[in-house]
Amino acid sequence: MPRYIAMRLLQGIFTVWFIATATFGVMHSIPGDPLESDKAISQEIRENLEAKYGLDKRKITQYGIFLLNMVRGDFGWSFEHENRRVNDIIAEQFPVSATLGVLAIVFAGLGGILWGALTALYRNKWPDVVIIILVILGISVPSFVFATVGQLGIVTLNKTLGIDIPVAGWGTVWHMLIPALVLGLGTMAFLTRLMRTSMLEIVNADYIRTARSKGVPIAQIFARHQLRNAILPVLTVLGPSIAGITTGGFVVENVFGIPGLGKYFVTAVQQSDYGVIMGTTVFYGAFLVLMVIIVDLLYAVVDPRVRLNK
Amino acid sequence: MTELSFKPVATSHEVEQASRPSLSYWQDAGRRLFANVRAMISLFVIVFLLLMAYLGPFIWRVDHTEQHLDKTSQAPWVNRNAILISEDSPWQEVVVAEPTGTHRAPSNIEVVGEARTTSVGLKWDAVPNATAYRIYRHILQPVAGLPLGLPIGETENGTHVSFQDKMDIQQKTYWYSVVALDDEGNEFEEFTSIEVRPRLYITVGEALRLGHITDASNVEPGDTVRLDWHPLGTDYLGRDMLARLIKGAQVSLSIGIVAPLFFIIIGILIGSVSGFFGGVVDSILMRFTDIVIALPFLLFMILFMVWFGVEAGGSGIPAMVVALVLLSWPGVARLVRGEVLQIREHGYVEASRLLGGTNRWLIGRHMIPNTMGVVLVSFTFAVPATIFTEAFLSFIGMGVVPPTPSWGAMCNDGIRTMEKTPHELLFPALFISITVLAFNLLGDGLRDALDARMRARE
Repeated sequence: MPRYIAMRLLQGIFTVWFIATATFGVMHSIPGDPLESDKAISQEIRENLEAKYGLDKRKITQYGIFLLNMVRGDFGWSFEHENRRVNDIIAEQFPVSATLGVLAIVFAGLGGILWGALTALYRNKWPDVVIIILVILGISVPSFVFATVGQLGIVTLNKTLGIDIPVAGWGTVWHMLIPALVLGLGTMAFLTRLMRTSMLEIVNADYIRTARSKGVPIAQIFARHQLRNAILPVLTVLGPSIAGITTGGFVVENVFGIPGLGKYFVTAVQQSDYGVIMGTTVFYGAFLVLMVIIVDLLYAVVDPRVRLNK
Repeated sequence: MTELSFKPVATSHEVEQASRPSLSYWQDAGRRLFANVRAMISLFVIVFLLLMAYLGPFIWRVDHTEQHLDKTSQAPWVNRNAILISEDSPWQEVVVAEPTGTHRAPSNIEVVGEARTTSVGLKWDAVPNATAYRIYRHILQPVAGLPLGLPIGETENGTHVSFQDKMDIQQKTYWYSVVALDDEGNEFEEFTSIEVRPRLYITVGEALRLGHITDASNVEPGDTVRLDWHPLGTDYLGRDMLARLIKGAQVSLSIGIVAPLFFIIIGILIGSVSGFFGGVVDSILMRFTDIVIALPFLLFMILFMVWFGVEAGGSGIPAMVVALVLLSWPGVARLVRGEVLQIREHGYVEASRLLGGTNRWLIGRHMIPNTMGVVLVSFTFAVPATIFTEAFLSFIGMGVVPPTPSWGAMCNDGIRTMEKTPHELLFPALFISITVLAFNLLGDGLRDALDARMRARE
């Protein structure tokens, strides 16, 4: 086990290095640089600025400096946001995106397991049919439509009930709930389907029949045997789902005006803000890599049949 | 017992025969697919969408780029029979004497004559001590206490109590509000609103200019003229929604189909080589695959989109396809590798090798054809996923370049006017959903048909 973890971490570090290198390469081949702006600057100022940010050095030297700083956990300065360190920007924006994402995953995971179990329990009866129709909707409707509909829903709710749930922005729990729900819907639909299939497969398993013939109460069979085993396949796809959730996160942040990393990143790319682009991509990539490793490890803890030796 | 006592038994030529023709794997799968109602309906939907995208422009010949600022955000399927009038009759100002009293809001506001899309005339009772009136026009009913926005006009003084609006009136409900001004030029808080629904009229000159009539001599005022028809309405720039949806279908479907086609080919190549040769080749290729899978997909999509850039007047479609291909192949590669690893152990592969089959032959003749089923299924699932990605990127403004319409970009445009004219968001969103659903259901059907082991138990 420790050996496996060490291997995975080493591989993860290599991946992060690759992400950093690829981003550096792509970023520097995009035409234009951060000093290019609407305001024309004189040659002298330009040279001074280049010297300040180290842009006058050779590309390979810049790359070396960047890697060294990255190892120290320092992504340098932002070009567009004066006197702000990239680390500060990430420290400010990332928790927002992460909170949203984690909440969405929790919604999606719990919802998927619950609805999936329900459909299997009421197989081919009306709860099953209704949920399956909702699942089909959830899979085929893009999240920005859910987001706008959700926003419209809050407005109507506020009007009819005379309450004041925030429609956009960030700050309180109320700001988070609807966006997180919207963000998690697609994944929830996917997980529900998966959970249903996996529940139905287990219904016919030998150990269920054994439990039944031994006279174990139905509720206990459902909770102890069926549910617990059916959850396993759902857990395996949670890892990749995290990456998928971040994709939708950009859109949801956009619609609800949430100050997360997504918006920052898009602006940074448009302005060639080297510092922010590098920092965001590397940090995000490292976060995803770590998450997938953790999910894999958790899977091994939950399912003792999985042997982590290779 | 001579030789003659023995009679050779006549050899029977009757061999056991299958009563029905034998079916190949693909024929069998095809039969199962045809029997699947949901999958077949989905297939028809997909064929219909493709026909719409590529034959549609020949049937619906409206230019999708043409802007009509006089009919922006028109609702779908509106009346297009306009009544012809020669010219608007000159506006007669209503002037009254200074009234007495204490009321502060203009009362008895009414439409003079008929409300027409060529002009709307209003008059109201005067307010004591008013120095002028301001007139506002809104699409939604104005709420007391909230600012009214920009006025569309102001009367000369307090005794002029009428107003004619001739500014871009469309065939929809308007709320006109009149508010009086005090002697310092400040608005009173009270205002009065009236709901007006103008009828569709067109002047002869305008009809001539737009080409709805060719000759002014053979028409009379009161005739009806058929205006341009927009069955699905227009967008915020007055562009025909149907034409844009057709063009958007071309963009979204071609990205959704071409990109998966390419990344699946790359995936097959890398996966089959990796699985077939194993060893060092396998570990190098698979480590590389692991890394590409771990890249933050959306961040790199955006980076690549900018990197490949868009030349002036370009659509951004090639850049998106290349970016998608570069980032999406690893899933297929892993899948194909897994399949090849299984196939490699089968007896017929060994037999082929013993008979002198080269590696190229083995890969080309045995490995790739036998992975086709899995690949086909993953292709049908890759298409909706790609259409979604395209829509996401266009939605956050990092996808196709305006004015190229894609369904995602159209949704992005539509969201701005969602509350007043929901059709601008609804139609493209509906098309995305239907397409994604159809491909998903077809994929389910294909998976059930091709591989009994993977059959979803439903």
